[in-house]
Amino acid sequence: MIELILPAIVSCIIAFFVVFVLTPPLIKFLENRNFTVKDMNKKENVMIARPGGISIIAGIIASEIVLYAFLQLNEILAIIITTSAAFLIGYVDDRKVMGGWFKPVALAVAAIPIIAFGTFDSDLTFPIFGAVQIPALYLALIIFMIPITGNTINSIDVLNGVASGFMVIASFSLSICLFIVQNYEIAIISLPLGFVSLAFYKFHKLPSKIFPGDSGALTLGAMYGAIAIVGNVEIIAAVALLPAVINSFLFLSSVKRIVEHREITGKPVEHTDDFKLKATDDKTAPVTLVRLILAGGPLSEKQVGFAIFKLAIFSGILAIVTAFLMRVSL
Amino acid sequence: MKSSLYVFLFAMWILILLGGGIMVTILGPFSIQQFGNFSWIIASGIKVIIAFVLVVIWILIL
Repeated sequence: MIELILPAIVSCIIAFFVVFVLTPPLIKFLENRNFTVKDMNKKENVMIARPGGISIIAGIIASEIVLYAFLQLNEILAIIITTSAAFLIGYVDDRKVMGGWFKPVALAVAAIPIIAFGTFDSDLTFPIFGAVQIPALYLALIIFMIPITGNTINSIDVLNGVASGFMVIASFSLSICLFIVQNYEIAIISLPLGFVSLAFYKFHKLPSKIFPGDSGALTLGAMYGAIAIVGNVEIIAAVALLPAVINSFLFLSSVKRIVEHREITGKPVEHTDDFKLKATDDKTAPVTLVRLILAGGPLSEKQVGFAIFKLAIFSGILAIVTAFLMRVSL
Repeated sequence: MKSSLYVFLFAMWILILLGGGIMVTILGPFSIQQFGNFSWIIASGIKVIIAFVLVVIWILIL
């Protein structure tokens, strides 16, 4: 445990500062090349640089390579390759509009390095009840998990700072859980995700200077999923991510098909005269977490963001309780 | 609405724990012997179907 302290500190510092230092010049570079999109939740015509996934992946790769130099674990290689593949998939989607099936299918392929390196345990561990052996089913779970976590973070990236802020809470909760279940090496490997998200949040928070884009959101989500698998904490990870998972499932169950957000015609949310967010009565619009939060009345973008963060903290606490329950058996 | 979202999340958490209980106590010990080398594949397939049905029920409750 003591020998892990130095790699942990060094990798966290690198993760944070690579993103913190790289993002301002990236914003300038993207603005100069006109790689910007309109912020739909602002009254004025504000254009925001995108994609910020480039600095996110740089921070992840740099910190995880340093960790690999210290620990030389195949788990780190599997995480780096899967996360980098997710970044490339997101980057393609940032540059060119792809169909609704592109991301789930491509992300399923991105999960293959986890299987190829054999960095998983086919026992699915549940709190209180123990583990169940599901060798064939577990391979399917790996293939499904990366698209689910990737698209889940992508689907919650709807307001300034929400995706990165949510990821800060969820990933640090997951790291705490990994320490609780005494999986120290994977806990250390997971820490850079939180620090990368924290550094990016500085520029993504309201008012955003940069958006992560699909490349950023898929990178964060895929790395989270990969950590859940190699750390054998799939259930805990799902609990920590519950608000975002519910958002995805609400969207899917109301739309009833896999579809890109831009293909949806019905608007779940509209703006009031003072540009607060308000849930619409449109029956064709998808049900989303933001729409549910706004069901009580109009709120500002900042208020909705904090409501999501509070839900994430609540889920994080449930995940930590779940981690403690892993040590209890009937 | 916001407070009911917390209740909603808590209910989902309970359902995940209960689903885990079903997986471990009912699906876990389930095995088939009479199909030789294919037994574990068939048993896994049945587990996949049951797990899939459980997830669909979870989504429907959602």
